[in-house]
Amino acid sequence: MQFYRSHVLICAGTPCILKGCGAVRDAFITELKNQGLEEEVRVVETGCLGPCDLGPVIVIYPEGTLYEKVKISDVPKIVDEHLLKGRIVRDLISEGSIPGIIPYKEPVYFGIQERIVLRNCGIIDPSSIEEYIARDGYQALAKCLTEMKPSEVIEIVKQSGLVGRGGAAFPTGLKWSFTANTKDDQKYMICNADEGEPGTFKDRLILEGDPHSIIEAMTIAGYAVGATRGFVYIRGEYGLSIDRINQGIQQAESMGLLGDNIFGSGFSFKLEVKKGAGAYVCGEETALIESMEGNRGEPRVKPPYPGTHGFLGKPTVVNNVETLANVPQIILNGADWYRGYGTPKCPGTKVFTMTGDINNKGLIEVPMGITLREIIYEIGGGIPEGREFKMAQTGGTSGGCLSGEMLDVPMDYFTLPEKGSALGSGALLIMDDSHCIVDIAESFMRFFVRESCGKCAPCRVGTVRLHEIVKKVACGDGTYEDLEILEDLGRTMRETSLCGLGQSAPVPIMTMLRYFKDEFMAHIEEKRCPSETCKL
Amino acid sequence: MKTVEDLERIRKQAKVMTKLREGGETTKVVVGMGTCGIAAGARETLSAIMDELARRNIQDVIVTQTGCIGLCEQEPIITVERPGEGKVSYGKVSGERARKIVASHVINGQVVGEWVIPAS
Repeated sequence: MQFYRSHVLICAGTPCILKGCGAVRDAFITELKNQGLEEEVRVVETGCLGPCDLGPVIVIYPEGTLYEKVKISDVPKIVDEHLLKGRIVRDLISEGSIPGIIPYKEPVYFGIQERIVLRNCGIIDPSSIEEYIARDGYQALAKCLTEMKPSEVIEIVKQSGLVGRGGAAFPTGLKWSFTANTKDDQKYMICNADEGEPGTFKDRLILEGDPHSIIEAMTIAGYAVGATRGFVYIRGEYGLSIDRINQGIQQAESMGLLGDNIFGSGFSFKLEVKKGAGAYVCGEETALIESMEGNRGEPRVKPPYPGTHGFLGKPTVVNNVETLANVPQIILNGADWYRGYGTPKCPGTKVFTMTGDINNKGLIEVPMGITLREIIYEIGGGIPEGREFKMAQTGGTSGGCLSGEMLDVPMDYFTLPEKGSALGSGALLIMDDSHCIVDIAESFMRFFVRESCGKCAPCRVGTVRLHEIVKKVACGDGTYEDLEILEDLGRTMRETSLCGLGQSAPVPIMTMLRYFKDEFMAHIEEKRCPSETCKL
Repeated sequence: MKTVEDLERIRKQAKVMTKLREGGETTKVVVGMGTCGIAAGARETLSAIMDELARRNIQDVIVTQTGCIGLCEQEPIITVERPGEGKVSYGKVSGERARKIVASHVINGQVVGEWVIPAS
C-alpha cells in the first residue's frame, strides 16, 4: 500500500461542486505533478464539511488545516508553501474549525457541535468502502448479525430514545416493532431520501458524504424487522447521492456485506435505489409508497399504516436518512451513550442546514435542546450587516416560525410543539428585520398551492383560499375578518387534511399570526408595511 | 467476506489510510523545508525518508515539514519525536543519513548520536 505523508481532502458535496471544487482538484493534481509530489501527497474527494458558504473548502492533513474559498489561482501557492515547504498559507486559512478535524486555531464557530450522524462526512472518501470500514464501518452490522437477536436490536433502539428525524418525530424503535410483530412472507425496508422541504439539504449531504452508513443501517433495520429487501427512495435531482449509493451497494455486495447469508448468519438483504420525480408530497411515507408502486404520488388513508400494510400491501418500515445514520453508532456504543447527548426526553443530535441572513451558512450537527440563540450567534456567527434578528423558519415551509422571544427555547421535538411551533426536518432559514412577514407568508402559501396533490378537499381548496387571503392582505385590501378566516381555515385544515402536507400547510401562517399580528394589522389598517419592503 | 474476522482484517488494513486524519499519538518526523533547507538538499532528504518508510512498509509515522529554525548552517535538519520521548534534531542530514535515522531512531528508538545537533 502506498504511503503518503499528506492528504489533501477536497470537499465534494454539491455546494462545493457548484463552486468549482472539481477544477480545484484538477489544479492540485497538476500542480503536485509539476512539483514532483504526486507520490507523497494524496488528493481525496470527500463529503460535506459543513461551511458550505465558504466553498470550495479543503483540509490538509496531518496538520488539519482548513482552507476556504480556494481558487484555482491559490493552488500553486498552497502546494509550494504548505505541501512542499510546510508553511501554512495564513491568508487563506479558515477562522473556524470542525469537530473531528484537528484544529489549527482555537475554534471560533462550529465549536459546540457534536458529530454522530456526520462523523465521517468530510473525513473519509465516500467512494471508498475501505475508508468507511477503517472508521468502524459495518462493525455494528457484524455485532447485530452474530451476537444479537432481532428483538434485542429493536430494544436497544427503543432504549436510545431515537425519534424520526424527517420531522414527525415518531419513536424509531416503536416503528420497527410494529413491522417486526406482523407476520408475513415478505417485508420491506425503505429509506426516505425524498428530501423536499425548501432549504433542507442535510439528507443529500449525508448520502453524498457517508453512503455506507445508510446501507449498513438499512441492513440492520432489515434484520431487526425481518425484511429481506430494501429501497432507498431518492429524489431524482440528487444525482450525486444516487451515484454514491449505487456505488456503495455494488461495493457492499462484492464484499458480501449485502446479499445472501451475510456473515454466515443466514440473513440475506438486497438493496436498490428508486428515483423520485420531485413531487413534494412524496416525502409523505404513504405517497412515497404509492409512487414506488408506479401510481400517482398521493397519500393513502390511514390507518392501516405502512408498518403493517405498506409497499405492495406488505409490512414496511420507512425511515428518514438522518434517523438511519444514527443507528450503527447506537448499536456500537449503546443506548446509554446515545442518551448522553441532547435532552432526557429527546436524546441525540440534530443536523441543520443554515441558510438566509446568517454569516456562516451551511451544515451543522448540534445536540438536541440547543437554543436558537446559540445556533445563530455562536455557530452561525450572527446576522450580517449588523441587522436585527426577526424570525427563523424551522423545517422548511411546513415547520413553524420562531420569533425573537423564542431565542432561548430549547430546540427539540417536544419543547417546540408546546410553544406552538415545530422542529421539522432540519432547515433553518434565518431572516433579519428587512423582510416583510406578510410577503413571506404569501410566498410560503404559493408553494403549498403548487405542491398540494389535490386528493383531499381541505388541502386542495384550503391552500388556495389561504393564499388568496394572504395575498389580499399583502396588497393592502385585507380586513380584520380576513385574519379570523385565516385562523379558522387553518384550524380546519390541521384537523381534517389527509396527510402531513395539508395538516402543516397552515402552520407557518398560524405561527406568524401569533407572533407578528401587528405587522398584518399594519397592512390592513394603515395600508403600510412596517419593514418597508413589500409593494404597498 | 464471510466472517467477522474478515471484516476486522480489512479494518486493520484500511486503518492506515485514514490514520493521518485522526491525530493521536504517533512518531513524527519533521523536515526543515525553508529556503535554506531546500538549498541544502532537504527535498532529497524528504524523499529518502518517504522511500525508506515505504520500503519497510511503515504506515503510522507522520512526516511533515517546517520552515527555517535559524540554524541554516546545519541544514538539512530533521527532528524526530517518538511518543513520550523528547524531540531530537539532526543536522546536515543527507539522503543517506536520513535512511539510517529512519532505521535506527524512528523504527527502533536508537538515537544516532553522532549527527544530533547538541542543545546549546
